[in-house]
Amino acid sequence: MTDYTKYLTDQVSLGKMNRREFMGRAAAFGVTLAVAGTMFDTAAKAQEPKRGGNLKLGLEGAAATDSKDPAKALSQFMFVVNRNWGDMLVESEPLTGQPVPALAESWEPSADASTWTFNIRKGVKFHDGKELTVDDVIKTLQRHTDEKSESGALGVMKSIKEIKADGDKLVLVLSEGNADLPLLLTDYHLVIQPNGGLDDPNAMIGTGPFKVTSFEAGVRATFERNKDDWRQDRGYVDTVEMIAMNDATARIAALSSGQVHYINRVDPKTVDLLKRAPTVEILSTSGRGHYVFIMHANTAPFDNNDLRLALKYAMDRETMLEKVLGGYGKVGNDFPINETYALFPEGIEQRAYDPDKAAFHYKKSGHSGSVLLRTSDVAFPGAVDAAVLYQESAKKAGIEIEVKREPGDGYWSNVWNVQPFSTSYWGGRPTQDQMYSTAYLSTADWNDTRFLRPDFDKILLEARSELDEAKRKDMYRTMAMMVRDEGGLILPMFNDFVNACSKQVKGYVHDIGNDMSNGFVATRVWLDA
Amino acid sequence: MTGGGPAHGPELTATAAAGDSPQSAGVAGSVASTGAPISEGTPSFWAKLSKSSPLVALILQRLALSVALLFAVSLMIFGGVEALPGDFATTYLGQSATPQAIENIRKDLGLDQPATTRYVKWLGGALQGDFGKSWASKNSVSEQIGKRLGNSLFLAFFAAIISVPLAVGLGMLAVQFRNRLPDKIINVVSLAAISLPEFFVGYLLILFFAVQLGVATFPATVYDSMTIGQRLSAIALPTATLVLVVLAHMMRMTRAAILNVMSSAYVETAELKGLSGLRIIAKHAAPNALAPVINVIALNLAYLVVGVVVVEVVFVYPGMGQYMVDAVTVRDMPVVQACGLIFAAFYIFLNMFADILAIIANPRLRHPR
Repeated sequence: MTDYTKYLTDQVSLGKMNRREFMGRAAAFGVTLAVAGTMFDTAAKAQEPKRGGNLKLGLEGAAATDSKDPAKALSQFMFVVNRNWGDMLVESEPLTGQPVPALAESWEPSADASTWTFNIRKGVKFHDGKELTVDDVIKTLQRHTDEKSESGALGVMKSIKEIKADGDKLVLVLSEGNADLPLLLTDYHLVIQPNGGLDDPNAMIGTGPFKVTSFEAGVRATFERNKDDWRQDRGYVDTVEMIAMNDATARIAALSSGQVHYINRVDPKTVDLLKRAPTVEILSTSGRGHYVFIMHANTAPFDNNDLRLALKYAMDRETMLEKVLGGYGKVGNDFPINETYALFPEGIEQRAYDPDKAAFHYKKSGHSGSVLLRTSDVAFPGAVDAAVLYQESAKKAGIEIEVKREPGDGYWSNVWNVQPFSTSYWGGRPTQDQMYSTAYLSTADWNDTRFLRPDFDKILLEARSELDEAKRKDMYRTMAMMVRDEGGLILPMFNDFVNACSKQVKGYVHDIGNDMSNGFVATRVWLDA
Repeated sequence: MTGGGPAHGPELTATAAAGDSPQSAGVAGSVASTGAPISEGTPSFWAKLSKSSPLVALILQRLALSVALLFAVSLMIFGGVEALPGDFATTYLGQSATPQAIENIRKDLGLDQPATTRYVKWLGGALQGDFGKSWASKNSVSEQIGKRLGNSLFLAFFAAIISVPLAVGLGMLAVQFRNRLPDKIINVVSLAAISLPEFFVGYLLILFFAVQLGVATFPATVYDSMTIGQRLSAIALPTATLVLVVLAHMMRMTRAAILNVMSSAYVETAELKGLSGLRIIAKHAAPNALAPVINVIALNLAYLVVGVVVVEVVFVYPGMGQYMVDAVTVRDMPVVQACGLIFAAFYIFLNMFADILAIIANPRLRHPR
């Protein structure tokens, strides 16, 4: 057995890896599936999921203003709450990001990927005892797409033209072909509710592994196991208690004193200290979220590609990753996609800090005087420090950057997507198509680099309905190169999700989809007494 | 500065009330009558009242003023939140806002109407005791605030019943041993406690009592299904933090006020009579030093209710402060208004109470020359 497969089996024994994850990684390493299966079973015997116990989570991001309506879920806290009591039609595979069945058992696209038929799982019961029907699904999707909707998934759902039933099947008709539709339905707002939540959107009745027993916005939420859950491979603990802890130090204190089992958002600056605690384990998961410096490519002085290139070369990515993220991340390459996405275009040369090249392009651009960069710590944690680091590295290339610190309050409405050069943050999207459509399509509301390129738009739309993967991947390479070399995006780093748990917690799944095991932390782990 | 509280009261109110509120006529009249009698002819009911029972007159006057003040506060909060960049729709959705979702929320909440219309509408509801629903969570504001306010008062109450007697007692002790070792120890310790930021005091207590010794409950989250014993154990650390934070201010004021009185002639007489030091302080000096001490205590009590958001966050305690900050962050106007009014009411009430107590304690203040 090689070192790597030994490492994998050890992870299984320690309960850090489940079957899916193990098989995926072992297969990627060239172990045949049959062999991998046996290896997993041997290693996992020591670590059968245990049922029972009260799981306590101390999470950042709750506010007294949180809404119980999943359509309006915004905070990290509500993200996990809704995952506990509700289900989507489709989930994404933690390792590969591929769509896997949830309340939709299977699906079939039409040849042009514009009409999709979903088989809805039968025999699934809501917490109030009613059985799930295709009608509940239709009403849910309608509630998130109709004109009066205040849903956070509205942007994702725009392309759906018609929602209808075909017997007990669900049929979605799109305005144009989209090979990625099932992944769009993994959006965490799209929790299937009885009658679509039209009767009471705040009821918190769903089909999930836990029933809500109490909920106080911004304070606490408690759950008990749903004994009629339609799935057996989740919901191991008897009860879950989620406590809102918005102070980073309070979370660390609660975890290290054993008052909670799991905390989110560990500050990279203190993670090395927390590591020393004997009962604590750090959980770092690569993700798709990225910290960005964005220039409006259509606004002077940033309408000059040489100036944009100069500013890109003036970014010292390695130092920034080390200083701002404590090494918990990966350097970025000025396009918003990393290897966690399907069809990632490999082999694009990594852009490195190069003061000479930066000075060359800066001179060529003919710009003089300083460049104003607006920032605030709400853009991403450490954004002000990052801006100052950038100022330093740019100075060595002879570029003067003036850093202006903006108030955090109102940053998203007054600075981001308004001012021509600012710092910001992007969470990942399930697919490359969605990432580019959200922020790089000429007509996108959130085109925060003012990347207005009809040729880019054309390739993006072609790629969307292209079913040949090799061709599609090639298109994504072209798009990545356009954004990287001509866009207004400076992307120094992708951040890891850094969370921590007590060593009692077993079975944590590192999910590339989103933070906190894609929100499924409470449903996937078990407690080892 | 604090000693001036009661003496300044009437003057301040005279200028504040001179203007616009419907109550101002009666109030201005009262001020005039306490200052200089208006006319000889027909002594109004108000003039009679302020002569026969000046205390009742004062309380009535203060109550009327409070209403005017609360009205002004609500206007200022509304104006302040309006002036903040971004409205509820944009701030609530944050980075995930789409133009259509913003439009829908604005329409739904009537944010497309002019500010004056919205304010009048809110005021109409508030006057009938209806503070509306939170824009964000759609829950009744009164119901939510009830719970949060209860939590805040619970914590403040225990912090107060520990810190106030402790501060006054220590202050007397410091006078008794003035400029000697106990005085110096009390001073240094309490000054150290007040000089450390409250979150730091909190972290230190958490570190020692929760993480290292493991004897205290942390986090201090309280919820409905808790027994009173569990609640008390939960608030032990935040209470200790608050006590340390407010102790020094009250203790030093007690010490200074009593020392002030101690230099007067009648205290010397008491000393010559052969009374013991502590007896002189407690029975003879302290009552005359009450007024400034009461004022400082009132200020600190108000702080315990309205100013402890940092302690709430550090200890994960669901009080009013955190609630209001959450609401301001997303411009949830009904919640901000209700919280602001409650906070203002607390300040007004405690200050009024302190003034009245000071006047009762010192008859000279009842008959201004």
